[in-house]
Amino acid sequence: MTSPLETAERPQDMKRIVIEPLTRVEGHGKVTLLQGKNRNIRQARLHITEFRGFEKFIQGRPYWELPVLVQRLCGICPVSHHLAAAKATDMIVGAGELTPTATKIRRLMHLGQTVQSHALHFFHLCSPDLLFGFDDDVQHRNITGVIEDFPDIARQGVLLRKFGQEVIRVTAGKRIHGTGAIPGGVNKSLSLDEIRYLQDDIARNIGWAQGALELLKNIISEHYEHHMQFGTIQSNMMSMVRDDGAFELYHGGLRAKAVNGDTIFDHVDYVNYNDYIRESVKDWSYMKFPFITSLGEEEGWYRVGPLARINNCDYMRMPLAETERQEFMALGNGLPVQSTMAYHWARLIELLYCTEAIAELLCDPDLVRKELRIQGNLQGSGTGVVEAPRGTLFHHYEIDERGIVEKASLIVSTTNNNQAMNESIRRVANQYLDGNRLNEALLNHVEVAIRAYDPCLSCATHAMGKMPMELNLVDASGELVDRLEKRVTGRIMRTI
Amino acid sequence: MSTEKTFKLDGRDIPFDDGDTVMDAALRAGEYIPHLCHDPDFPPHGSCRVCVVGVNGRHTASCTLQASEGMDVDNSSEDILEERRMLLQMLFVEGNHTCPACEKSGDCKLQAVAYHAGMLSPHFTHFFPKRSIDASHPEMMFYYNRCILCGLCVRVSKYEDKKSVFAISGRGIDSRLVFNSPSGKLGDTDFSPTDQAASVCPVGAILPKYLGYETPIGQRLYDFKPISVVGDETARDIAKDKLTNGGPDE
Ligand code: SF4
Repeated sequence: MTSPLETAERPQDMKRIVIEPLTRVEGHGKVTLLQGKNRNIRQARLHITEFRGFEKFIQGRPYWELPVLVQRLCGICPVSHHLAAAKATDMIVGAGELTPTATKIRRLMHLGQTVQSHALHFFHLCSPDLLFGFDDDVQHRNITGVIEDFPDIARQGVLLRKFGQEVIRVTAGKRIHGTGAIPGGVNKSLSLDEIRYLQDDIARNIGWAQGALELLKNIISEHYEHHMQFGTIQSNMMSMVRDDGAFELYHGGLRAKAVNGDTIFDHVDYVNYNDYIRESVKDWSYMKFPFITSLGEEEGWYRVGPLARINNCDYMRMPLAETERQEFMALGNGLPVQSTMAYHWARLIELLYCTEAIAELLCDPDLVRKELRIQGNLQGSGTGVVEAPRGTLFHHYEIDERGIVEKASLIVSTTNNNQAMNESIRRVANQYLDGNRLNEALLNHVEVAIRAYDPCLSCATHAMGKMPMELNLVDASGELVDRLEKRVTGRIMRTI
Repeated sequence: MSTEKTFKLDGRDIPFDDGDTVMDAALRAGEYIPHLCHDPDFPPHGSCRVCVVGVNGRHTASCTLQASEGMDVDNSSEDILEERRMLLQMLFVEGNHTCPACEKSGDCKLQAVAYHAGMLSPHFTHFFPKRSIDASHPEMMFYYNRCILCGLCVRVSKYEDKKSVFAISGRGIDSRLVFNSPSGKLGDTDFSPTDQAASVCPVGAILPKYLGYETPIGQRLYDFKPISVVGDETARDIAKDKLTNGGPDE
């Protein structure tokens, strides 16, 4: 199932084009393209060019710092890391089931997070491509262009995002990097004033989320074929679902579906995720490549995030979103929808769902109760999984008897989509770049495909220690003089 | 006619008794002089120097300076404020103070004094020293990264708790807090969370285990009031109160 464009033979004979930095994505990355004879694209790769080392430097820290410490991985969706780590530490403190207040405050925080992240992505990062076209003048194809030409849409984007951030502030203490979730619960509930404050704008926000979805559907329907086939690949889908199969973002079992809609696994307790998912390493990327173990590396890669969640769930609990989900699923004629651009559509259905779910949750009397925290017997390890805006996020920690973290492993949403993003850019390269003299507009097509996934490249670069690396020494004439390779095992070899 | 002895602090008359330091008299009169290693309940130490004031053209630590009649003390000139900021900046870069992830953030005197002094950046290059954590005690943690060697725990353990759990060892940049046990581990001393020394640390160096970020943002000591208003007594009371909360059952 992987594309032959992953690795070209005799790359030294080809012209190398680099798109760096990737724009309107979170973090730093680049795409390298190799063009051979007749300008045929022979190789396309997405690389992550930053390096963070979180798994390493949280070793030696006390477990109760984890929810606050690890969320610093990200400035866009820190709440997801905050909650995944908090869920792992719930297990560590032996909390079992949390109080209804704690669970609902965390759910509210997570919904606020998804609203702000999805609003940021659609309005700020992607609307320039969608509203103006992928090949619009680059000077105009940006958020400033949107503000000038569509001021109402830009304003709605800013205010919807602000609403999500306010939900986070009220539940976690700060809009970014708060402290609300603690091992075994939360550190605060809500006051009636806080609830009323959030309720003030809720109907307007639901309306705006509906409006954004309508806008996107209109854009897609204007050039339906183009959008539906753009960067489209065939992949498995993985996400969390509730016990009854409902759409779920905070807590549930794991479900994976194949391209033909068959279930690969279902309602898997995420604590056992290691039995179902493995990660492979490629010598040209800092980012790992996860795959479903039973299908193997070649066939087992999958997509996560809005597209996978909407494809995988049996229904959505919120009425407006459920109607939209049904319309969306009709696109696939009974099979999972595979269009890469459908990520945007699915994302906006989720945005609508979250605004509706926030409205419902704000009426829940448990939000003001004072039973905040549960504690039990200290355990040696804990696993926490949530559906982050960009997809399934795994945190696993092991601690010693003093409460100090000995081992941490994270699989972040964007890493889950690594192979899929690479496949999508190869498809776009084949569709649009092959045989052409490359220009900015064509290269933007590659970025459009990546942006559809809403990758967070900062989050995806948390690993340390096992990265393969290649060091080339080239003389003034461009001749390769020496090469050192660091293998996955840590062994360094001279390979010239 | 009053026989009260006074000195001037920024132009205001401050009454004092014989034996008072400038710091004692100023705090009693409701004038805040920033301080970290000083606690009015314990003998002065004069190590952090953050309480520097100007007296007759000399800059000196007010916590160890005996008050005398007719003194003219400068507590707020730009010169003094700049010197305090520089001292604070040196304290920050000498340790590893990652406030955003520190449990003490919002309740920390070093952070609060830095805000009060208008310190906006560390200015100097960070030392990034390699320091560890002592997690050997069942109920308390010690974070070497955040210790500013104020010596408060040393004094309080000795004079109040009558235990001598702590000492400062080494010289200059190699100075560090040590624990009085054969293994050198805090867990092997007779230190207890009910000791006075357990709640005296002005920074996040000595903290109870398991509590973490239990106090929500907005309810922390210095979230809405500056340290000049909060005062030492409230800070001590809150720290003690935290120690009476429990962690997970072992
Ligand atoms: S001890 Fe205080 S100054 Fe140091 S990191 Fe913690 S909050 Fe910041």
